[in-house]
Amino acid sequence: MTVYQASDLRKGLKILIDSQPYVVTDFTFTKPGKGQALYRARIKNMLTNRSDEKVYRSVDTFESANLQERKMQFLYNQGDEWCFMDQNNYEQVTLTSDQVGDAKNFLIDNLEVSILFFETTPLDITLPNFVELKITKADPWVKGDSAVGNSKPVTLETGYTLRVPPFVEEGSKISVDTRTGEYLTRVK
Amino acid sequence: MSALKSNLWLRARIIQSIRGFFIEQGFLEVETPNLISAPAPEVHIDLVATQRGFLHASPELCMKRLLSAGFPKIFQICKCYRDGERGHLHLPEFTLLEWYRTESDYRDLMADCEAMVRHVAGGLGCGKTIQYRGQEIDLQTPWDRVSVEDAFVAYSPISLQEALETDRFDEMMVLHIEPNLNKSRPVFLYDYPATLASLARLKKGSPDKAERFELYMGGLELANAFSELTDPLEQEARFRKENDLREKRGRERYPVSDKFINALRDMPPSAGIAFGVDRLVMLLTGAEKIDDVVCFAPEEL
Repeated sequence: MTVYQASDLRKGLKILIDSQPYVVTDFTFTKPGKGQALYRARIKNMLTNRSDEKVYRSVDTFESANLQERKMQFLYNQGDEWCFMDQNNYEQVTLTSDQVGDAKNFLIDNLEVSILFFETTPLDITLPNFVELKITKADPWVKGDSAVGNSKPVTLETGYTLRVPPFVEEGSKISVDTRTGEYLTRVK
Repeated sequence: MSALKSNLWLRARIIQSIRGFFIEQGFLEVETPNLISAPAPEVHIDLVATQRGFLHASPELCMKRLLSAGFPKIFQICKCYRDGERGHLHLPEFTLLEWYRTESDYRDLMADCEAMVRHVAGGLGCGKTIQYRGQEIDLQTPWDRVSVEDAFVAYSPISLQEALETDRFDEMMVLHIEPNLNKSRPVFLYDYPATLASLARLKKGSPDKAERFELYMGGLELANAFSELTDPLEQEARFRKENDLREKRGRERYPVSDKFINALRDMPPSAGIAFGVDRLVMLLTGAEKIDDVVCFAPEEL
């Protein structure tokens, strides 16, 4: 386990405070010329998502939070439960809608994602950068219809709506960038 | 890049203007060694050590020796080094302006600050006010003077006494006092607790206070000044105390310069000040962070 000094604090560092994992979301170094250095950090509890403002001194130390990323496969969604399975040991884990967040727009059966664990508790989900999804609803393309403009709204199999070029038809598969939520290309 | 470019042009003009001001006032510009064998031990300042001594954290000791050697008014603009200090207002290598005058005390330095900053701002065409990040700062003199005692009563949730006893003075300063000081005018925060000024003279009639002040402008700490301690025995004892405090906090003791201690015997009553040049440039260029007013930050090397 790594031990950090207050002077190691920086944005994105994950540390353990009172046995809970926190991520540093903002950080400033202050020091009156002749006085002692104070490290002001904004930290977010990764279990509760609650943010807090803390002031540390150079003598303060922290342990790194024991976080682990595991590759998992999406199985199903039922109400508030989103179920995933570790393909190595078939262990299943359930995340809430809140934990899944915007990722639900791109979750289709069997999609392989990466889930961040604190000990045995799942914290967060990271999708592949690009996901292929089927268009379930789109207005047909009328050649020469200038009113449509350069894009039209479509609905995907997950219920997510986005804008695509007018020539993309209902029933076709497209690749979406999960980081921006935007259309990338048609897939054969 | 273009913002940095214009800032570097302004930086050069500001430094030339500072120089012009002190030369005009009859100060001698000096250059003391940056590589020294013994610093002024201070509990919260860590030095950059080299194979042959330390890079100075301030030219203070050598400049005071020059006062003892018979130079009554001296100034210096130089790089100083403080290990581990890095933030939006801190660089481990930064530029200090220091000036010293004999037969003077800290009140004379307040007047110097007022005249020097007005001279530099005037030279840039700022007139009697400057704008710093949306904040107008009125430079009309006299600038505000607030004692540390009054500032604690006005802004700190705990008393000055309690802050000192619980080692929370700096915390109260950073979190509660500095953010509440008047930003529309420069402020001299003066008369620091005696324990927080290892090179300053104690105030006549109130030995619990030292004749020390800090200058704040637009929320930035710009300068630290004091009436100088000239008693060699007292100075030696205070250095020992600072080294003891360093040791207590798990930091190394620093060697003490006998030549400096001995020189105090010949030092006239004097006052001296360290003024952050990078921060003055920030203030006059509207820069948000110190990186924006220097050629390269350490991470860029």
